[in-house]
Amino acid sequence: MSAATESVKPTESVKPTEPAKSAERGRSDRARGGVRTASRTKRSPLASIAIHATLIAASFIAVFPIAWVALTSLKTGNGQWAHPGDFSHLNFGNYTQVLENTDFLTWFRNSLIISLGTMVLGVFIAATCGYAVSRMRFPGFRATMWLLLVVQMFPVAVLIVPLYNIMSKLHLVNSFAGLILVYCTTAVPYCAWMLKGYFDTIPIDIDEAGKVDGLSPFGTFWRLVLPLARPGLAVVAFYSFLTAWAEVAFANTFMQSTDKYTLAVGLRTFVSQYTDQWGLMTAASVLIAIPAGVMFLLVQRNLVAGLTSGSAKG
Amino acid sequence: MRPLKSLGRSFDKYWYGWAMAAPVVIVMLVLVGYPFVWGLYLSTTNADESNIGHDIGVNHIPPSYKSVGLHNYWDILSGNDGHFYSTLTWTLIWTFVNVFFHITIGLGLAVLLNRKIRFRGGYRLMLILPWAVPGFVAAFAWRLLYNDNGVFNSVLKYFGMHGVQWLAQPTSAKIAVIAVNVWLGVPFMMVSFLGGLQTIPKELYEAAEMDGASAWQRFRMVTLPGLRPVMMTVTLLGVIWTFNKFDVIFLLTGGGPAGSTDILVTHAYQIAFANIRQYAEAASYGVVILSMLLVFATVYRRSQAKLEVQA
Repeated sequence: MSAATESVKPTESVKPTEPAKSAERGRSDRARGGVRTASRTKRSPLASIAIHATLIAASFIAVFPIAWVALTSLKTGNGQWAHPGDFSHLNFGNYTQVLENTDFLTWFRNSLIISLGTMVLGVFIAATCGYAVSRMRFPGFRATMWLLLVVQMFPVAVLIVPLYNIMSKLHLVNSFAGLILVYCTTAVPYCAWMLKGYFDTIPIDIDEAGKVDGLSPFGTFWRLVLPLARPGLAVVAFYSFLTAWAEVAFANTFMQSTDKYTLAVGLRTFVSQYTDQWGLMTAASVLIAIPAGVMFLLVQRNLVAGLTSGSAKG
Repeated sequence: MRPLKSLGRSFDKYWYGWAMAAPVVIVMLVLVGYPFVWGLYLSTTNADESNIGHDIGVNHIPPSYKSVGLHNYWDILSGNDGHFYSTLTWTLIWTFVNVFFHITIGLGLAVLLNRKIRFRGGYRLMLILPWAVPGFVAAFAWRLLYNDNGVFNSVLKYFGMHGVQWLAQPTSAKIAVIAVNVWLGVPFMMVSFLGGLQTIPKELYEAAEMDGASAWQRFRMVTLPGLRPVMMTVTLLGVIWTFNKFDVIFLLTGGGPAGSTDILVTHAYQIAFANIRQYAEAASYGVVILSMLLVFATVYRRSQAKLEVQA
């Protein structure tokens, strides 16, 4: 990386033939959203090659395990996965078997309900809390900020036993509502923390205008600030959805009947049930990764903007 | 962090602040605070599966555990339980190595992606992809790769080398779990840094260039200081999250072989849920873990605040 950075040449070395080309590049950059870029200097071809080579290598590492699972999922037949180089029999046999002969669809539906529930409830209470600590200097505001940080330090695995007791007293064991509540405790602190940072970047004039127009603080928040905070909300939604979608330990302990299992739990029964049946496992994995991928595609344009302020001002 | 003076002054406005923060605070206190207090109490007892009290059918068996004072803590901290210090050492290595690679690789890729470059959108999309993969799916995917008959070994064998039993030997298993967690964690860091880079005013780079600063000097004098707030947050969160990272180790190796990849959290979970369930000891481990993170967070924030004042 540093080699590539060092070989950047200053602007003076641009050749006479360059202006047209660089103007064109400028245009295409604007078309892509005109992201601000640090350097306006012209790179040597060698540097370009180095940068592209690094990025291609990194992209390969990022994508390979996912692509490999997707590829393996298309191989049917016992032990076919153990021949990594053999791609002769590719079909969707594993998928039909997962969908027709297992409880996969039930688990999938359960996971979807729980994740969407966590997302909606989590984003709503994280947003109100984030707004409160961003705009209102109420007594106890510092304690709230500190609480948001400290809660993230609690080792999840150790809270399970006492939480299980509380949940069973509230009759929330083996229920969607219980798991949604528990997931909110993991997702909300970070979301609130991040949204606080995002709200900080929204000009205070907006709130004042709302106040002048006779809106209540909640009305200001709901009608004026939230719509402006969409990128931040998108990231937070993505984060809380994924937290619930991917959680293992709580789901394992709290969901006790097969019809309430989430994917993370269901997949584990799968492993013992079909030892070494990697075909089914991989097919299920691909199906599980799809909703997360869709969520991700929906928000990925907002990720940078949404996370920025959160971490920059946190 | 601009205080809204006109809003913050009067008391009836506080009411709104409290009301809006209340749902989170209440949920946290009930679902995290109360279990914590209960865990704190449990950690001073000898509670385990046999004496915790439970229901068999309609009969309620009352709990029969009793207080043992600080015995559990003494057991852990004196090294009597035989696991604490070895697990702690590995937990610290695990955390440091992971956070180090997350930050350096994430920052490196963010700097490259922040340049004007062809296919930037495509690269970014591919590089963020691991973030969208649920941890347990990633664990299965990597187990497939690490398998004795998996891709890695096939490649090794193709080049005439012996295959490695990746997850069956302590050293290779440690490398394996770190590789997976680095793979999972880099995208978050990269996106955070990308965001941070875009908040650095372009004029600073132009000024630095005017003064004849080399690319490396610009990186050190403009980019790094500009990223300090982001760096501080992601380092703190990264350490906390990695220290408590449960699913990767639990699903990839289950802490094995022979506990060599167990970090404190997975070890505590094993104590609480494997064989005879030692709730009290697990709770003590939880308190010890939490105390260490609290001390770290406090010291870290103090030192950063000092730096802030000096700068």
